[in-house]
Amino acid sequence: MHLEYTVVEGDFVNAGSASSSIKKTLKQLNVNPSIVKRVVVALYEAEVNAIAHAYGGVVTADIDAGKILVRVIDKGPGIPDIDWAMQEGNSTASPEVRNMGFGAGMGLPNIKKNVDRLNVQSTVGVGTTVEMEVNLG
Amino acid sequence: MVFFHALQINETVCEGCSHCMRVCPTEAIRVRDGKAHINEDRCIDCGECFIACPHKAVFVKQDDFEEIFKFPCRVALVPAVFLGQFKDDISVSRIYAILNEIGFQHVIETEISTPLYTERKNQMEREGNNKPLISSFCPAIVRLIQVKFPGLVDNIMPIKAPLDITAMFIRRKLVNEGWPEDQIGVFYVTPCAAKIAAVKSPVGEEKSSVDGVINMDSLYNRVYKKIKEQGHDYKEVKLPIAQLTSDSILTSLTNGERRLSIAEHSLSIDGIDNVIEFLEKVENDEVEGVDFLELRACDQSCPGGILTYNNRFLTCERMFNRARYVAGKERRGEMTRAKEVEEEHDYLMNNIMVEDVEPRSISLDPDFNKALEKMNKIKVLEKLLPQIDCGICGAPSCNALAEDIVCNGCKLTDCIFIQRNMESRKSMKVETSLKIMEKTWGQEKIENYIKSKFLKIKK
Repeated sequence: MHLEYTVVEGDFVNAGSASSSIKKTLKQLNVNPSIVKRVVVALYEAEVNAIAHAYGGVVTADIDAGKILVRVIDKGPGIPDIDWAMQEGNSTASPEVRNMGFGAGMGLPNIKKNVDRLNVQSTVGVGTTVEMEVNLG
Repeated sequence: MVFFHALQINETVCEGCSHCMRVCPTEAIRVRDGKAHINEDRCIDCGECFIACPHKAVFVKQDDFEEIFKFPCRVALVPAVFLGQFKDDISVSRIYAILNEIGFQHVIETEISTPLYTERKNQMEREGNNKPLISSFCPAIVRLIQVKFPGLVDNIMPIKAPLDITAMFIRRKLVNEGWPEDQIGVFYVTPCAAKIAAVKSPVGEEKSSVDGVINMDSLYNRVYKKIKEQGHDYKEVKLPIAQLTSDSILTSLTNGERRLSIAEHSLSIDGIDNVIEFLEKVENDEVEGVDFLELRACDQSCPGGILTYNNRFLTCERMFNRARYVAGKERRGEMTRAKEVEEEHDYLMNNIMVEDVEPRSISLDPDFNKALEKMNKIKVLEKLLPQIDCGICGAPSCNALAEDIVCNGCKLTDCIFIQRNMESRKSMKVETSLKIMEKTWGQEKIENYIKSKFLKIKK
């Protein structure tokens, strides 16, 4: 099954709509609540990342036998140093974003904690694709 | 497993008007053959359908009052909300006297055990696991979480509600006084349907200490009749157990638990839609740093229960006044403490917990692959349906119909948009679509039109 959502730059108000919808789907599929929670936490985090740092993008989710693959594909600006961004506390968030309670530098590390496989690909000036996979069984 | 629920439909009164179907927060209601039907697995006994029904066709099943006389030793377990139903000039001791007269030798207020409940709750808050901790006070909320938010069941504090703790206490007290266990009947006077379900099929417990439930509205009628009969000629009794503290009086009101919470960040939310909105956020981990949640299904909490008589705002005002009066006495040191309850502190605290709450899944299929297959079918069907949630098919939304088609043997042709389309393409006869309507809404509604004297219908 394939699901798709758009993410709009700077629209924190609607952060979480993709994760809410995917959550509902996983619940109906009788996925263990603790696994659902991990997917939702990771995706919400990735959604907020795309809203805060990127010029918007799309979220896609593919669910098939035993696993969910979520991709958050944004339109840039891209991450110059992925290893640096993966470390807890490192953040490039603007003071404006931090004032809203985001931007603590926990985004990618928190995603990593909650998923079974994480792959971040980024080209500066083009965009970032965060690919995460969670086993559902 | 079928779950007990107290809300029922009286089919002779039900018009099949679908008001209930549209407000049910768990989409548990469908209209078939012109009558509303409640799905037991989904119903959480919140009472929204009861409030919405314009024909009073939704009722709350209760035990026959005469049941109490099966027990030689009869206890009425009365919540503070019950006393809040009466005007200030009708004293607590007069109501107690009437309850004695109609059959209960013992009357005890539910909230007498609140201090123990609060003590255990605060212990859990200090331990601080599974934040935000969610109060188990409201049984409709516990059931809502089981059905709709299975990921949050571990956040529920598995503590018995004051009603169960008080029932344990009074039982123990009477056994100590020499009554055999099976001769004691403890009857709870309930303001809502959910508490009935909580007694009849308790969550995390095999059997409740309560033997039966009396609906608050029916007991109000009995007591008020006596008050009218008595006029100015009545008696009052000495209250057998120390009265509630000002804090305990307020427990069942919104903020009643939160105001006693030791948590730094806590919220109290009432009204089932408000609760659902907030739990969606909690489930997504969008809410940070909240330690404790007091959640109640009814507006204004228990005074808003569907079995209360008095207006909920007036009940709250009376209960606040009573609490203020008692607080004054407390300040002057004039209140007697509930020594009997304090003496049983250790016994009650040892039995205060229930087992962890389990989720009640409403998934499409227990098997993941089968569920996924069904889900894919539902997604295809949703694209065919108009997505206006008109309810003409007898289901609350297009999504619900799609689910019913895949799981419960409904047909795509139950949708009026599909019917019209098929008729225009000559692939369905008008008579057939009329038959489908009849199957959902009943013959009568279709015949109303045919029988009308004001229309000249060509035969």
